[in-house]
Amino acid sequence: MSAAKAVSTWKSWLTTTDHKRIGLLYFWTAFAFFLIGGLEALLIRAQLARPGNTVVSAETFNQLFTMHGTTMVFLALMPLSAAFFNYIVPLQIGARDVAFPRLNAFSYWVFLLGGLFLNASWLLPNHPAPDAGWFGYANLTSREFSPGPNIDFWLLGLQILGVASLAAGFNFIVTILNLRAPGMKMMRLPVFSWMTLVTSFLIITAFPVITVALVLLMFDRFFGTHFYLPSAGGDPVLWQHLFWIFGHPEVYILILPAMGIISEVLPTFARKPLFGYTVVVYSGVLIGFMGWGVWSHHMFSVGLGPIADSVFSATTMLIAVPTGVKIFNWLATLWGGQIRATSALHFAVGFIALFTIGGLSGVMHASPPADLQQTDTYFVVAHIHYVLFGGTVFGLFAGMYYWWPKMTGRLLGEALGKLHFWLMFVGMNLAFFPMHFIGLLGMPRRIYTYGPELGVAKLNLVSTVGAFLIAVSILVFLVNLWRTRTRGKVAGNDPWGGATLEWTIPSPPPPHNFDVIPTVASRLPRWSMTQLKAIPEDAELEKPHAPVGSWWPLVAALGLPVLALAPLTHTLWVAFLGAAILITGIYRWAFEPFEV
Amino acid sequence: MTTSLGLDNRKMAFWAFIGSECLLFASLISTYLIYKGRSVVGPYPHEILNIPFTSVSTFDLLMSSLMMVLALAAVQRGDLKWAKMWLFLTALLGMFFLAGQVYEFTSFVHEGLTLQRNLFGATFFVLTGTHGAHVTVGVIWLLTLWWRALRGKLGKGNALTVEICGLYWHFVDVVWIVIFTVVYLIQ
Amino acid sequence: MRESPAGEHAHPTAGVYLRVAAVLVILTVIEVGVFYVPAFHPVLVPTLLFLSALKFTLVVMFYMHLKMDSRFFTFLFGGPLLLAFVMTMGLMFLFGAFVLKK
Repeated sequence: MSAAKAVSTWKSWLTTTDHKRIGLLYFWTAFAFFLIGGLEALLIRAQLARPGNTVVSAETFNQLFTMHGTTMVFLALMPLSAAFFNYIVPLQIGARDVAFPRLNAFSYWVFLLGGLFLNASWLLPNHPAPDAGWFGYANLTSREFSPGPNIDFWLLGLQILGVASLAAGFNFIVTILNLRAPGMKMMRLPVFSWMTLVTSFLIITAFPVITVALVLLMFDRFFGTHFYLPSAGGDPVLWQHLFWIFGHPEVYILILPAMGIISEVLPTFARKPLFGYTVVVYSGVLIGFMGWGVWSHHMFSVGLGPIADSVFSATTMLIAVPTGVKIFNWLATLWGGQIRATSALHFAVGFIALFTIGGLSGVMHASPPADLQQTDTYFVVAHIHYVLFGGTVFGLFAGMYYWWPKMTGRLLGEALGKLHFWLMFVGMNLAFFPMHFIGLLGMPRRIYTYGPELGVAKLNLVSTVGAFLIAVSILVFLVNLWRTRTRGKVAGNDPWGGATLEWTIPSPPPPHNFDVIPTVASRLPRWSMTQLKAIPEDAELEKPHAPVGSWWPLVAALGLPVLALAPLTHTLWVAFLGAAILITGIYRWAFEPFEV
Repeated sequence: MTTSLGLDNRKMAFWAFIGSECLLFASLISTYLIYKGRSVVGPYPHEILNIPFTSVSTFDLLMSSLMMVLALAAVQRGDLKWAKMWLFLTALLGMFFLAGQVYEFTSFVHEGLTLQRNLFGATFFVLTGTHGAHVTVGVIWLLTLWWRALRGKLGKGNALTVEICGLYWHFVDVVWIVIFTVVYLIQ
Repeated sequence: MRESPAGEHAHPTAGVYLRVAAVLVILTVIEVGVFYVPAFHPVLVPTLLFLSALKFTLVVMFYMHLKMDSRFFTFLFGGPLLLAFVMTMGLMFLFGAFVLKK
């Protein structure tokens, strides 16, 4: 079947509601933010390479670690996962698009605008970028101690971004539950789609809590309330609770998609079904539930009391169980398989090793007395980067190498891919392993410099070298991207011999994805002898057509940053303008004739 | 042809949204409860909350839910005349509720309870204000549906949009049931 | 928009709705009554919580049609509702709400 050629003008991209285009938009935007967050990291590491260094001032340093964290979590890792949710999930479930294509577009535009809003702070005179950490503890974030607009950018930007995530969460829940191909029972769903479902539930339940936390902060800063201010009886610890009630599910939002990705990659390149599919799925669901019960393990040094500390310590140790179970399932998948050592597989195996290390340091944090030494030191920085870089980032790169041919029609170069992997693997370990020691030797987090007497100078230098090595590896990746645009091997439908539905259609897929929606008879449709009917006899072939576009998601999305400008500029009429744009966008959207 | 739960996409999305809103209001209610009794200065709840007045508001909102459900029933049987009537009455009762809130808020401010005054003011106004904002959105939605009905564009075929508006409206009512008890009656 | 079966169920009659409304009013009257009658004050909190939970349930089950609709909607609403309740209790405990005062 010939693929319908998609129109590719500015207008077609601005009005797109096609999940594949939206996935690509997410990818490029998120990757750009990933590079920005990486640059921020390099500046941090440059500053910390030697004691008493003067690369940046203390204030700039605070902005750098704040923006690095905020950017990586909200503008890079989550949206890169979203890129794959968008592109791949409808293909895996055998659908033509998501349940609400315009809402999908809206999510993307709000993400882009929120990210631009947040980063606009760098561009103002004196660059008042957020500077109180990505977790913005009260009452450092109060108007008294943070008088400038820095925190305003942060709290307003995050509220905008929250809308994007929530909308996507609702969309994917309905999509995965309601738009599956005939025969695709829930226990035949690819693991990546399962993890997308669990992540979506986490998003819709966790984001409202941080929304409230941020709204209360906004009221403290703009309207003189005392939610987090002790002088009138408020409690700064309330912020910590509300933030971490969101924050802990958030880290599972960050890791589950990557776990889903490698649950696809490992079987493909071991030529063996995932070991214990059912257990892996249930573990993911369990992690989702249990992730709600551990939040105060981020607060062991706050003085919550022995009962609270013990309860959260126990729940935190318990959650290691379903996580560990998955590791064993992944290893058992590889064991006895016919291994093809592609770049994607390298990253997936790297994930297993590095995430396990991160998990081990995590379990060490679970003990409150031990954590009292580790917390707020570089030991925690080591932990989070092993799980988020060694885990999520490696998982995402595995996904990139794996699904790049599907999305672009060309394979990424394997030689460059492996070079990328090794440079990144070595760089990552050089950057973050020393941090375990740096932290236990007493270097706190979030300090812009340190004295030589701490004895961590050499280790910090090693760490900085590692960070720059990571940067080199990313350059290799970018070169790979660039070269394969024109010189990459053409992919065809199924370059890897994959088991799931996305490999049954052309690369890249035509706008309507499937000429005929397949009837699924197995969990691994392309590997299964019982998958008899690809095309039901009485099926009508769908005439290729491009999804209908709409301007209104973009228009509605524009209303949000305009609304956010009102408090920032202390002008009321701007709020009315933003609301008017938002309401107009919503009404035109609601009453627009739109065929799904 | 799809494998699905056999439930309408929009209805499913909306119930998920309502679930999400439970977390939003629970966070605000939790904040209210945590800070109960911690205001350093007055006015305090028992000095200022007007139970008889708020009972009327509560009754108003409960009746509006009845109107809403009758509106939906009318749309579902294609009875445009009654649909228009009930939709408008629902919106009207909603507007009465909002008027009551405005009156309550302004009288509290006159008695010295402001957002800034103490924790009771902050938590009370943010919680009930968020609820009021939700009611406002609901009233706008209802009036939009009423306007559509006036133009003859509402019928059995798009009863779902009225049903979903109803879900939103009843949820807002249910949140008020919680607020009325937790804030006003349990002091 | 796809035509999708909405999950068929019997529609309650207007009579049912009116009776639910009557019960809701009565419950509200009782709530306010309990508030004002001093004899009830020792059991004020549990009584009010029970009554309001009853009202909540009636509106959700009948007006929001949850009783007659698919159980999945009950899950979609009930799950987060339970989570919200547990979170509220947890936060109240952490802020000392359940400490016995001497």
